[in-house]
Amino acid sequence: MRIEVRNVTKRFGSLKAVDNVSFTIEEGKLIGLLGPSGGGKSTLLRMLAGLETPDEGDIILDGKRVNDVPPQKRGIGFVFQNYALFRHMTVFDNIAFGLEVKKVKKSEIRERVEELLELIGLQGLAGRYPHQLSGGQRQRVAFARALAPRPSLLLLDEPFAAIDAKVRKELRTWLKEMIERIGITSIFVTHDQDEAVEVADEMLIFSNGRLEQQGSPVEIYRHPKTPFVASFIGESRVLQHPERLIGFEEAVAGGGKSAIIRPEFVEVGLQRELSYPLSAQRGVVRQTFFRGAHLELEVEVEGNRLIAYRSLDREPLEPGAEVLVFIHRLYVLDESSAVLVENPLKTDPMPVHI
Amino acid sequence: MKGSGKASVLPGFGLSLGFAILYLSLIVIIPLASVLIKTAGMSFSEFWAAVTNARVLASYRVSFLTAFFAAAINAVFGLLVAWVLVRYRFPGKRLVDSIVDLPFALPTAVAGIALTSIYAPTGWVGKLFQPLGIKIAYTPIGITIALIFIGLPFVVRTVQPVLQDLEKDVEEAAVMLGAYRWRTFRRVILPELIAPLLTGFALAFARGIGEYGSVVFISGNMPMKTEIAPLLIMTKLEQFDYAGATAIALVMLVISFALLLLINYLQWRYSRRVQAG
Amino acid sequence: MAGAIHAQLSDAASDRPAHVTESRGVRIALIAVALLFLALVILLPLISVIVEALSQGWRVYVKSIAEKDALSALRLTLLTAAIAVPLNTLFGVAAAWAVTKFNFRGKNVLITLIDLPFAVSPVISGLIFVLLFGAQGLLGPWLASHDIKIIFALPGIVLATIFVTFPFVARELIPLMQAQGVQEEEAAATLGAKGWQIFWRVTLPNIKWGLLYGVILCNARAMGEFGAVSVVSGHIRGQTNTLPLHVEILYNEYQFTASFAVASLLVLLALVTLIVKAVVEWKSGQRTVESEGGAG
Repeated sequence: MRIEVRNVTKRFGSLKAVDNVSFTIEEGKLIGLLGPSGGGKSTLLRMLAGLETPDEGDIILDGKRVNDVPPQKRGIGFVFQNYALFRHMTVFDNIAFGLEVKKVKKSEIRERVEELLELIGLQGLAGRYPHQLSGGQRQRVAFARALAPRPSLLLLDEPFAAIDAKVRKELRTWLKEMIERIGITSIFVTHDQDEAVEVADEMLIFSNGRLEQQGSPVEIYRHPKTPFVASFIGESRVLQHPERLIGFEEAVAGGGKSAIIRPEFVEVGLQRELSYPLSAQRGVVRQTFFRGAHLELEVEVEGNRLIAYRSLDREPLEPGAEVLVFIHRLYVLDESSAVLVENPLKTDPMPVHI
Repeated sequence: MKGSGKASVLPGFGLSLGFAILYLSLIVIIPLASVLIKTAGMSFSEFWAAVTNARVLASYRVSFLTAFFAAAINAVFGLLVAWVLVRYRFPGKRLVDSIVDLPFALPTAVAGIALTSIYAPTGWVGKLFQPLGIKIAYTPIGITIALIFIGLPFVVRTVQPVLQDLEKDVEEAAVMLGAYRWRTFRRVILPELIAPLLTGFALAFARGIGEYGSVVFISGNMPMKTEIAPLLIMTKLEQFDYAGATAIALVMLVISFALLLLINYLQWRYSRRVQAG
Repeated sequence: MAGAIHAQLSDAASDRPAHVTESRGVRIALIAVALLFLALVILLPLISVIVEALSQGWRVYVKSIAEKDALSALRLTLLTAAIAVPLNTLFGVAAAWAVTKFNFRGKNVLITLIDLPFAVSPVISGLIFVLLFGAQGLLGPWLASHDIKIIFALPGIVLATIFVTFPFVARELIPLMQAQGVQEEEAAATLGAKGWQIFWRVTLPNIKWGLLYGVILCNARAMGEFGAVSVVSGHIRGQTNTLPLHVEILYNEYQFTASFAVASLLVLLALVTLIVKAVVEWKSGQRTVESEGGAG
């Protein structure tokens, strides 16, 4: 199903939950709506489903304006955060529900339910009740239930929020595989970056009801277009005194500019370890944190506190150690845009001439 | 974590439990035991004759049938009232909600005389039915109406909290799967309400079979026709037939306790489902 | 019936979006039927008491209430309640404390026993005391030889009333205290507070509204009890008639207006009970809002 949202606004009281949002989603894509809580993503999802009505704007599915079409008629599957399984029905009856509504023949219903049970890997559990299943199993049943009537669009509202951390990872890999296998256009809402990045083909970033950016995870990560996206994505930190960093004095000159840095932009080490030791600055290690796969360092450079990673292969550094720090790049932000600025000194200032 | 008896941090276990048990023994257990003691004093054949004579059997029939129908009607309309109070908005809703408790707070004798005066052939409602040849007061119908009055709060107050706690998302899930209101109500909402409805029904029923004050005026107390079992007990007492009265009382107690156990069982089962679900 | 103070009726919850509620026509029809039912079943009797009581004018009304036997019935009713209600409150608090703050074997038995009077017909409630203390009862001869009258006298009336109304305070407090848990009390104990201190300063403020409602309800039922008292009282005019019994006597003597006049006092009592309940619900709803706001 192709989706077009045009200038949609939704108010709750005086609050604008969704503020003049427009975007298009092509058929067959797996889209993630990402943003902090209260950003409007769930409201937008529910408007697509017909569970909320836009105050302004149009929702167009496959070329048809559906604002006035009731949810029952939209041909959309919905997976809820807390599964919303029918407690008093078996797994079989839950999945069969949408087909019974359509008055499908009993034998066909049985076939379809069996097919779905196999797809989700819960064959043999057809006679169980929801309270006899684990959280992960319940969500898989919810998924099968939504898919049974063969919808053209699948919506998932924070589908993994209610699930244990370990199961969550397995489940989202499984979900991505399933959706790709079936090939259905899907949109899911999440506030977990890792989840969105791992699962989605394309992401839409929301904040305070506005659409900040739409693009593939890599694009958004590398080229954030607004200050919000730049600071929200990745382990970004705002720098207190960016003008004191060698190579960026000019980039942040002039009023109203701030800078954001990510650990992967920072190189920290002893002189012999650095790529551009002559353009590096002195810094002091303030704290170290063991992160399992690497060491995380908090380093102070001219009043700026930075986070950097250090491989465990290298000699460990202790708090108080003096190090050299080279900043490869920064995001420089003004009010409305974010620009990635490479360190202009990334050339050896003293080339060796032979 | 709760304190476990003696080893607990909190004081007063011995005192409070001791007092409670003492009180219960004096007020409840010993008096109730006297029923057993008295009936033990009768031979079995005496007992059997006392509880199965025609008039007594008729009184059981009157009490049970009227209580059953009243509780059934209350189940339907109680559900309706609870639904309307929880799901809709209308002027005066809070007032209506308070009124539902009136039968619970009003003395039974007052209810009795009020209902009788309304449904007697000369009363406000009785007047309307008289030309049709339908008598309400002094018939089982009148008794049933009195028991409907008494039992209504039991159903409404048992269903209301359950209805209030129902999550919206299951209804939305049904909607997304294509279901409209009637189907959603029938297959998603109603199954959730069966347990509280049964409990409310059982409570109203149990209250109804033992009810005295509100029924004794409107029933007319005609033996074999509109004499309820509690009244028969009263009559026998006035005639100093203690044995007879006690025998009937024992049968009613056994049935009431069975109902009480059933109600507690239903409530336990419901709470288990909710926690697991 | 667990704690009669139920969840607050919320208007916000009543504003359901169109896809999860009935169409306007259906809603209006259902509301109309429900209101009609309630008016017929509940309002009508209520109004009839007032109308009948005043049917012969204000003068006759006052006369009926101020009449000698009516006044002594009122006195007896008040006296009975004044004895029964405090005793039942004491029991209710003790039982609730034992049940909700501790774990012990037989707790469920205790709770079921507390529910007992609800399952017992009022007539039987009176009967059991007659069997115990009546002239032909188990303790009859002993009482007669000591010239102690229980049945057909105040003690019998009080006992029967206590039996019928003792669950009310306990049943209000138990779910309330159960929901509140033991943590505050345990914290106080670890800070060195003694038993009574813990109760007065920690538990009581938390349960005060539930306790108030339980007491008011217990009182309303104590004053209004009919069946049980009818069996034990002997209906001796001016001496062992409570207000409800007096209503019955007047009615049976065809003094309808007087009967309703006296009944209207009891109606007033019922209405006051309902008002207190509404206030308590409002207050406890407020308290929930406060505690959530404070913690958040």
